[in-house]
Amino acid sequence: MGFRDAALAQLIDRVAHARTAGQPVEIRGGGSKRFYGEAPRGDVLDVRGVAGISSYEPTELVVTARAGTTVEELEAALAEHGQYLPFEPPRFAPGGTVGGMVAAGLAGPARASVGSVRDHVLGLTLLNGNAELLSFGGQVTKNVAGYDVSRLIAGSLGILGIICEVSIKVLPVAAACATLCFECEQVRALEKLNAWRCKPLPINASAWLDGRLYVRLSGARAAISEACRDLGGALLAAEESQPWWDAVRDQRHEFFVVGEDDLSRGECLWRLSVPAATPPLVLAGRQFIEWQGAQRWLRTKAGAAEVRAAAARAHGHATLLRGADKSAGVFGPLDEVLMGVHRNLKQAFDPKRIFNPGRLYAEL
Amino acid sequence: MHNIRMNTESAEIVETPGTAETVETVETVETVETAESRQRRQSAVVTALRDILPPRAILYRREDTAPYECDALTAYRESPLAVVLPESEAEVAAVLKVCHRLEVPVIARGGGTGLSGGALPNRLGVTLSLAKFNRILSIDAASCTARVQCGVRNLAISEAAAPYGLYYAPDPSSQIACTIGGNVAENSGGVHCLKYGLTLHNVLKVRGFMVDGSAVEFGSEALDAAGLDLLAVVIGSEGMLAVTTEVTVKLIPKPQLARCIMASFDDVEAAGAAVASVIARGIIPAGLEMMDKAMTAAVEAFVHADYDLNAAAILLCESDGTAAEVQEEIALMEEVLTAAGASRLDVSRDEAQRLRFWSGRKNAFPASGSISPDYMCMDSTIPRKRLAQMLRSIQDMEVKYGLRCCNVFHAGDGNLHPLILFDAEDPDEMHRCELFGADILETSVALGGTVTGEHGVGVEKLNSMCVQFSPAERVQFSGVKQAFDPRGLLNPGKVIPTLVRCAEYGKMHVHRGMLPFPGLPRF
Repeated sequence: MGFRDAALAQLIDRVAHARTAGQPVEIRGGGSKRFYGEAPRGDVLDVRGVAGISSYEPTELVVTARAGTTVEELEAALAEHGQYLPFEPPRFAPGGTVGGMVAAGLAGPARASVGSVRDHVLGLTLLNGNAELLSFGGQVTKNVAGYDVSRLIAGSLGILGIICEVSIKVLPVAAACATLCFECEQVRALEKLNAWRCKPLPINASAWLDGRLYVRLSGARAAISEACRDLGGALLAAEESQPWWDAVRDQRHEFFVVGEDDLSRGECLWRLSVPAATPPLVLAGRQFIEWQGAQRWLRTKAGAAEVRAAAARAHGHATLLRGADKSAGVFGPLDEVLMGVHRNLKQAFDPKRIFNPGRLYAEL
Repeated sequence: MHNIRMNTESAEIVETPGTAETVETVETVETVETAESRQRRQSAVVTALRDILPPRAILYRREDTAPYECDALTAYRESPLAVVLPESEAEVAAVLKVCHRLEVPVIARGGGTGLSGGALPNRLGVTLSLAKFNRILSIDAASCTARVQCGVRNLAISEAAAPYGLYYAPDPSSQIACTIGGNVAENSGGVHCLKYGLTLHNVLKVRGFMVDGSAVEFGSEALDAAGLDLLAVVIGSEGMLAVTTEVTVKLIPKPQLARCIMASFDDVEAAGAAVASVIARGIIPAGLEMMDKAMTAAVEAFVHADYDLNAAAILLCESDGTAAEVQEEIALMEEVLTAAGASRLDVSRDEAQRLRFWSGRKNAFPASGSISPDYMCMDSTIPRKRLAQMLRSIQDMEVKYGLRCCNVFHAGDGNLHPLILFDAEDPDEMHRCELFGADILETSVALGGTVTGEHGVGVEKLNSMCVQFSPAERVQFSGVKQAFDPRGLLNPGKVIPTLVRCAEYGKMHVHRGMLPFPGLPRF
């Protein structure tokens, strides 16, 4: 990382102290995803001081930003050059940071067609539990020097270290975009998506809820008009389309809003990640299907065991996104071999267990 | 590394039934190797392997193991203690358990097409050939996935998926021979990475075994898995974290049409700038490749594809998609390339012509082999904007080291494959070639790039890793290795140089006064 400013020096200092004192810290950026994962523990360590876009050259399709940069600032800078973050990270509240975006590893509606957060991380600078500043990966797409640590960090919820700076692959905004709507039940919607998946169509996102399937197309103008003709359905007005997808992406759509009342009644929001061609999951509650069938959101009062069993039967896993009772664990359980590797990695990056202890799994 | 004191004579072993005594002997890792101790070790290992594998699956005589002495980086050779060819996952697990118990290194091997010595045997280790794992287990057209054994060839996946209108996107040049297991180990790319990604972006799940023989699955059939993204770190780990036996890959619909533009430029700088202009216009070409004049001359003589021999650089710029999409994109590409100063533009009229345009690029390596006794292929990546600067540096190096160099680039993603021409029979040329190569890698790092884009570190780029990573970073890599393989038995000695090695490499550079480009700003 090409900077050694006061904010960074201070951060390194704080980590060195926490390490010596054996005092756990809760790494915190904008705090917009504090609800996500197991309950945060430790002294709050605000990392927003290390902020700003370090370099951005549109023709390289790469942007490098310090972790405290807000997602809004980054997206605005990209938009000036007609580019964007293809994985559409959810913005649960204003002020979410780039570091938090990478640490949470959550992606929005386009994930199934364009890839995840980790797919777009090219490199990052990490402050590990020994207060050492380490750089992995780089600013180029093809890079296989050493283990791909930067992609391991994506989605690690801060348990391995503090992300200080990250280089991300970005893409130009497509020339054209259109949203088609189809009235159909879940089983029919999944059939349609399965049939379209193996055709060269410019499908960028899909969402099904309450008998309605939305399909977003994105690509060259000719390809979009051609696909609109081939697929049929009703065209959603352009001015309605963007706000609708944004509400899904940022989970402001009413389906995702879980109020205090809902929580106290035992209602939960689950994310089930399953193979895309999985038939309808039979579970009590309401479902919202994204990612061409691969991501199924569930609003339910059903118990964790039942939800996890359904996900496992489909060869997937379930994450409790929102719920009052997290005692059954937020993330799907790991077998002993994988948990062993997790324990060893935690030990290798953060031997004193100071970073976000227990945020991913209780024992890490 | 161990201390080699023995000669290279084959260590023929005596067929004796295993005894507790021989097993104990090898359980102590020997630091100083003698011909005798190696033979004892080999005897114990082969004896133990015979309990779990049929005799045909164990090779240990020198003449039988000779074909496994190197991968495609033939300059490095080593004779393994034994080569095993298991046919089932149960046998792989059993081999790993035996080797783990005896503390014997295990080197997994796929097609042996690697260019960095990743599959180079270990003198005191067992080479685990996965050649028998060559079955395509299932093609699921509804979910657009294929489940294949690790020894299936890259191209065979696309061939099997073709009846469904699907294919597997990463296409390394060696795709007719390289295996998907090897692709996972190296995170292989190809000429279509810019648009379709690397192995990492196209693999959902890897099934295999940990060093102690326990079964493991990384990733899932869904788009993610619970916990840390271990799949991301296993892909590209060069067989040092786990042994892969089965891979679930994503298949994508075959584009209806692909067309390619061949553009000539009078100077390489203009060609480099043209690459940036294409991207700046919001186009992500399916492929974007560059060849310099020397390379063009070499491949034209080899494939006769009607390349422009007067051009200082040639760009191949491909569009794929529906007919309407391609038409729109090709028109835009032509406009951008013309504005960028292309002196000649040819657009492929049909599939035969498109393939002819590509034939030279795909045959760059063998073409180099036809004009020089030997060539060394480098594989660094630099930011695209540095292409012209890098080419000028390489021209200077040709003079400095007195060797010729042909250049092919995956220009779209800044991945360079300079091919240094030399004669390995001439020790001085060989030495100058190594210095030339190291100079290219170090210049790439100085320009903000990396020492290996897609071929891997293996043993070839161990020294260059000292340049790219700090001691603390290398220690962290070792931590990752130990998290998966605490005793360091999987493919030891590759990818991560020891601190001592880096210290010596640094010293060597200062001593010889060969620090590359003393005038180049370091940042």
